[in-house]
Amino acid sequence: MLEHFSHIVTVFLLVAGLFIVIARGNLIKKLVGLSILQTSVYLLYIAPGKLLGGTAPILAPQLSVYSNPLPHVLILTAIVVGVATLALGLALAVRIREAYDTIEEDEILALDHAADAREGS
Amino acid sequence: MTALQLAFVIPLLGAVGIVLAGRSPNLRESITLATAVLLFGTVLQLLEPVLAGARPELVLFEILPGLNIAFKVEPLGMLFGLIASGLWIVNSVYSIGYMRGNDEKNQTRFYVCFALSLASALAIAFAGNLLTLFLFYEVLTLMTYPLVTHAGTDKARAGGRTYLAILMGTSILFLLPAVIYVWHVAGTTDFTAGGILPAGMDSGLVSVLLALFMFGIGKAALMPFHRWLPAAMVAPTPVSALLHAVAVVKAGVFSVVKVVVYVFGLDQLTGATDWLIAISGFTIVAASIVALHADNLKRRLAYSTVSQLSYIVLAAALIAPLSIVGAALHIATHAFAKITLFFTAGAIYTAAHKTEVSQLDGIGKRMPWTMAAFTIGALSLIGIPPLAGFVSKWFILMSAAEGGHFLAVAVLIVSTLLNAAYFLPIVHAAFFKPLSAEDEHHPHGEAPLPMVLALMTTAIGTIALFFFSAPLLRLVQPLVAS
Amino acid sequence: MSLVLHLPALQVVLPLISAPLAVLLRHGGVAFAVVTAAAWAAFACAIGLWLQVGQAEGGVISYHIGSWPPPWGIEYRVDRLASFVLLLVSGMAALVLPYSRASIEREIPRELHYLYYAMFGLCLTGLLGITITGDAFNIFVFLEISSLSTYVLIALGRDRRALAAAYRYLIMGSIGATFIVIGIGFLYLMTGTLNLVDMAERLRTIESSRPVLAALAFITVGVSLKLALFPLHQWLPNAYTYAPSAATAFLAATATKVSVYVLIRFWFSVFGESLVFHKLPLPQILLLLSLAAMFAASFTAIFQDNLKRLFAYSSVGQMGYITLGMSFDSVNGLDAAILHLFNHGITKAAIFLLIGGLVLGLAKPGAVLPTPTFDRLAGLAKRMPFTCFGIVLAGLSLIGVPGTAGFISKWYLILAAMEAGKFWIVGAILLSSLLAVVYVWRFVEVAYFKPAPEGSVRQEAPLSMLIPAWLLVIGTIWFGLDTSFTVGTATEAALQLVRVGK
Repeated sequence: MLEHFSHIVTVFLLVAGLFIVIARGNLIKKLVGLSILQTSVYLLYIAPGKLLGGTAPILAPQLSVYSNPLPHVLILTAIVVGVATLALGLALAVRIREAYDTIEEDEILALDHAADAREGS
Repeated sequence: MTALQLAFVIPLLGAVGIVLAGRSPNLRESITLATAVLLFGTVLQLLEPVLAGARPELVLFEILPGLNIAFKVEPLGMLFGLIASGLWIVNSVYSIGYMRGNDEKNQTRFYVCFALSLASALAIAFAGNLLTLFLFYEVLTLMTYPLVTHAGTDKARAGGRTYLAILMGTSILFLLPAVIYVWHVAGTTDFTAGGILPAGMDSGLVSVLLALFMFGIGKAALMPFHRWLPAAMVAPTPVSALLHAVAVVKAGVFSVVKVVVYVFGLDQLTGATDWLIAISGFTIVAASIVALHADNLKRRLAYSTVSQLSYIVLAAALIAPLSIVGAALHIATHAFAKITLFFTAGAIYTAAHKTEVSQLDGIGKRMPWTMAAFTIGALSLIGIPPLAGFVSKWFILMSAAEGGHFLAVAVLIVSTLLNAAYFLPIVHAAFFKPLSAEDEHHPHGEAPLPMVLALMTTAIGTIALFFFSAPLLRLVQPLVAS
Repeated sequence: MSLVLHLPALQVVLPLISAPLAVLLRHGGVAFAVVTAAAWAAFACAIGLWLQVGQAEGGVISYHIGSWPPPWGIEYRVDRLASFVLLLVSGMAALVLPYSRASIEREIPRELHYLYYAMFGLCLTGLLGITITGDAFNIFVFLEISSLSTYVLIALGRDRRALAAAYRYLIMGSIGATFIVIGIGFLYLMTGTLNLVDMAERLRTIESSRPVLAALAFITVGVSLKLALFPLHQWLPNAYTYAPSAATAFLAATATKVSVYVLIRFWFSVFGESLVFHKLPLPQILLLLSLAAMFAASFTAIFQDNLKRLFAYSSVGQMGYITLGMSFDSVNGLDAAILHLFNHGITKAAIFLLIGGLVLGLAKPGAVLPTPTFDRLAGLAKRMPFTCFGIVLAGLSLIGVPGTAGFISKWYLILAAMEAGKFWIVGAILLSSLLAVVYVWRFVEVAYFKPAPEGSVRQEAPLSMLIPAWLLVIGTIWFGLDTSFTVGTATEAALQLVRVGK
């Protein structure tokens, strides 16, 4: 059980994040959920890269066991991507607040439907 | 350039010319006429080599690996091509009178679509394989659609919708899979004498495939997919005359005969066509009965066309050499007779503004030439010598009797009676009934001269075909020679 | 010449450089020039690569970024399929960018024009990168580059609904991308490599272990979100409807198509046929969802009042044909998918470009641009004959009328269904084509056979918009008649994929 600890945390974050994205109507909360979802990915990559007792990958005679550095590099990229997504999402939320005067999804949908109905007639 | 290439280039150039000359009606109509004459001349040039046994070919390009857009002139296509391009001349003369006489709008679009429709009809006539045929079959539908909805009224749009829905629907749902299936099992779609399907195909499968083709070719107006033809009657009369009595519907039955002869082959079909005889027989009789009750003249003619088209399908379904010859001949004879009848309907509309059969009492006295032509057309359709309709009907009847298809014989006899029943009263009313009191006060004469000339020409053609049917026979004989 | 050897890198780097340049220059006209030049250069690169692939050994060009040999370094890998998609994407950009100039004039405030071009450049970079790279994580990075810039492009639309649509797409797209990266993570954990070729080889030994199946599932779902597979398509209609016209055309032609490419790449080149088609019921699920898309989305399209949204729904339906082709597990099926990817791309781009011009034509000078609803289109063919006729021709290709590109893909699709002996699918394909007839003909009837309102004058779209659009319209006809390029390439690509996938 304990040996899968990191995986359990990963799955928990994944499901929790996804749940928040789907179930919450507030645009900011959705973004929070999305960030949590992405965090689970960071863990998924990094945790298995670590070896107990392993060190940083430095070529030196006294060090023979070291952790895989590649996942760290990958996740650094993924974090950047995540930050960019979050920033853009927040920026959109601000613009939506300005345009619709709300950041609740159901209210936005109601306004959109009203606009669609006006055009259709 | 070979004559075959010219046969496609001329109408296309004509269409471009018509667009460019759109602002000057006289020039535009001259271009239409010149195009029609040139086209007929070109098609005529092909006749001699084809009679001599040559099969001019033209491969445009490869559309799919192993599948070309290709043309090959064989006797049946030659016959159809000659009729379509020849009658286009007459019809153009007629159109000019009609369109001007009735002050129609959008005349440039009308003439352009007409030229393009003719080009597509010729492409169907000369198609060298199923794919080419299918391609231009669809193009023809699309090109004639604007002609059907020409008036732009709600009624015209509704008619156009029915027209498109049935023709497009059947061709996509049934014809396309049939074409692809032929390609799938035979590896080719080239029209070849004796058929291309692999020998020993399961007879059930052959029947299904035949059904896909017969119902897929909606232009042949086999019941229950005939409704588009009456719907198309909202079009101006020249369209009904050339396209919906000749080019479009003949493209349909032409495709039927072509598929039967060159894709299936007569041997492959033995025993697989009984249902087709029944359905086409039913269509013949049922459509005639509807025609009997139609008061609108064009509608009556349309249902008569539905019925006459099924003669050709029936003849093809008899799969005897004699019946195939009859089918080919009927394409020609019906074309002349029916275009004459439509011409007269249009002339009556233009001169007297009458559209219903019940209004025609005594009209023969005011429009003697028109009604004489009508009589000739009607008698030809009934099948009375010395008119063209008799010849083809005779062939079909003989072959049905020879093959022991008594159902077919019965259908032919009953339908002849029905034909007489829905045509002769009109003739009788026109010549022997007095004008109604109201009509007395609205004097009118014949329709404009171009229209009368046109309808007289085709009426004379109907008679001439009876006496000069030998060259026609010589042309179509090779169809079943092998 | 050595430059020729570096075409794979140039393909991506040129548009990548153009984007920050456009931002730095802060001037709409200059940004336009820079990004357009980059797009044309990218198109030239794609043509060059397409030619090179034909001569390359084994039909594959492998380019090592920084000269690090794979599997350690990042590899750019161009095979037949990749070169085909590169051509489509860069060609579209090369056509849509010149169109943009006049089109965004009234859709986007002038001070934001340079940002539009920068985002366009980035989006192009991302899409090209996804296609060309041979590295799994790289795919994710490029995917995010293209997605983030796409969200911005959509949000630039002038209606406030564009913002909501962009936001919804951002959420859905990010979930999809996260799923993809999770799948890639599993694959990395199981194989220890990110190079796709290397990964495929190592996977053969551990095929059916649970994490690999999980990876397959995650990647398939993630990509399906991006390619708008029914029912994961909800983000698409509004995004296409409210984005600027030029952006809609570009995205409709490329973004979903590149996603299809990713799915094909993973299914056939990485996981391999036996895993995808025999271990999991994926093909059956895909088959059913494709059919659902073909009918439900096309049916919804019929009832749309907004022309842009109508064709957006039609896109969802047409994607169904592509995925349907993939579900057959045959060369002809794959052929159909690849062909339709291309054919539908150019067809839909043509339609959306023309609608962009149509909206301009409907607008009164100085007023806000109107929504292209049907009641505004009455008699439009008189006023904008070229625009309307172009839409009709491209519409015929959507229906699959012979002589148009759409017919060719449909031919192969039906052939594949017949080969598989599934005749009911043949019927379904044909029936759903009839739905396309209905929605295309709604436009024809209104534009051609309804009288125009009084006092309307002839007002065509500007030439700089008509020419790119008509080039594409001609393309849809051309590739319906002369198919040596499209069918030849698609068949070669399909054969290559199947050979490798065995």
